[in-house]
Amino acid sequence: MTAPLLEVDDLHVRFPVAGTGLTGRGKRLLHAVNGVSFSLAKGECLSIVGESGCGKSTAALSIMGLQEPTEGEIRFRGRPMTGPSAPTRMERAKAVQIVFQDPYASLNPRQTVWRSLADPLRLHGITAKSESADRIAALMRSVGLTPEQAGRFPHEFSGGQRQRIGIARALILEPEIVVLDEPVSALDVSIRAQIINLLLDLQDQFGLSYLMISHDLSVVEHMSDRVMVMYFGQLVETGSWQQIFASPAHPYTRRLIAAIPDPAHFGRISAEPFIDAPNMFAPPAASDLTEIAPGHFIRRTALEGAARA
Amino acid sequence: MRLRFNLALGAFLTTLVILAGLLAPWLAPFDPVLDADLMSSELPPDGTFWFGTDAQGRDVYSRILYGAQISLTVGIVSQVINSVIGVTLGMTAGYWGGWWDDLVSGLTNVMLAIPSLIFALAVMAVLGPGLPSLLIALGLTNWSWTCRIARSSTLSLKSQGYVQAAQTLGYSDLRIMFTQILPNMMGPILVMATLGMGSAVLSEAALSFLGLGIQPPFPSWGSMLTDAQRLLQLAPWVAVFPGLAIFLSVLGFNLLGDGLRDSLDPHMRTRKP
Repeated sequence: MTAPLLEVDDLHVRFPVAGTGLTGRGKRLLHAVNGVSFSLAKGECLSIVGESGCGKSTAALSIMGLQEPTEGEIRFRGRPMTGPSAPTRMERAKAVQIVFQDPYASLNPRQTVWRSLADPLRLHGITAKSESADRIAALMRSVGLTPEQAGRFPHEFSGGQRQRIGIARALILEPEIVVLDEPVSALDVSIRAQIINLLLDLQDQFGLSYLMISHDLSVVEHMSDRVMVMYFGQLVETGSWQQIFASPAHPYTRRLIAAIPDPAHFGRISAEPFIDAPNMFAPPAASDLTEIAPGHFIRRTALEGAARA
Repeated sequence: MRLRFNLALGAFLTTLVILAGLLAPWLAPFDPVLDADLMSSELPPDGTFWFGTDAQGRDVYSRILYGAQISLTVGIVSQVINSVIGVTLGMTAGYWGGWWDDLVSGLTNVMLAIPSLIFALAVMAVLGPGLPSLLIALGLTNWSWTCRIARSSTLSLKSQGYVQAAQTLGYSDLRIMFTQILPNMMGPILVMATLGMGSAVLSEAALSFLGLGIQPPFPSWGSMLTDAQRLLQLAPWVAVFPGLAIFLSVLGFNLLGDGLRDSLDPHMRTRKP
């Protein structure tokens, strides 16, 4: 394995939540992300899975620089991305980009596709008309559209085409990491496979590293090299996709895998009921992950819990 | 049907007022100030003086045409000032939030609590009467609704994917506001400005009626009403026609604003079928 491109070290994100009543007493801190550490290698696709509200999107926002972490450090090529020496928005732009879930809300309805792609180029010093035209045309072809279509407005495209444009915008500055925030869950089932294959092709073509956030486990299984399972702000299990899908160890992961509506998986993993909802305002301290197989880690408290059950 | 009718009638009346103002020097048969003739004062409407004459024998029709210039200038310029102030404050407050948002929201609420005409009166009292101070007074007093709308639109647009994408692409805050947020909230802002023009014309009439606006002998619809009040029983046409002009132009602006709102709002949805 090569040196990690992105390292996340003990990331905590807490949000103040206003209390109730006229005086707003009882202000509390919601622990959205609670001690998450991981690394992402060049050319790797790492998925974060978990239920809504488990903190996976918040973790991604911190990496994007859209949400300042409360604690912890994020490093890109060894350089801190947080704290006083954090890079500016401009410097960060060439490192990490994002593809959003909703292709309808992710494109400015008042700008042509051309402008959405040319403006960032101009901002980053590519001012020559011919060069930006070449790059936009090449990128439009890479995502399966024609260069001529760049002159249109977003509402002239279908959902799948819009998602392709969203991907093109994420790649226009040639970033090294692309965060995929539920990249296909808003799309028709018939379009999903196309977009997934496009993402895999682009990963090979540009040597991209993907950090994918999803709760669609069939997509995760298809795309990921490694999978991290998050539950109530903590990582509960992490391993290669084979380890997670073939031998899930944490009871929550087992429940997730057992819930995939796919005949191939049906009945393969027996899942015992798992009810362990920690208090999000005062969660238990994060314990260490235990390695149960090479590269396959599981949270210890859960092991004990599983043993008890 | 109603929607198109609103827009069409509003656009027609507004165009009429604009044409009247622009073409006044050619359309008016008499000079609005100099052609005073006491021998022909308080004549009822006839073939020569279409809307009759006032106490100084000036042609009411010509004075109304020239008065349209004042009303339009006041309506448009004061609304441009209002929109610039309202959008600047509202958009930055919604985008940056924090103490700046608290400050702007507080200021907006204070402005909403003061009757704008009273506030305009106070400004006029400081600046003195005349067109420039009228523009400043009306421009400074009616931005609160625009500000509120700009702020709430910004808050909802801020969470759209394309605004977050612009941040990750390295756009500065100001660039995001001007290229991503402002173009997507122009619809409601335009509607607010058009509706505000109507109330600005009314406020101008009210201030001129009180003697703080346009000074005699220059015509404005409000000051014409002031002059007419002594003649209400002797020569009602001197009051009726400026009143009608105010009524029709305010109606026109309001219908235009309504029509614009109806036809622009569906386009404001980011999700198009």
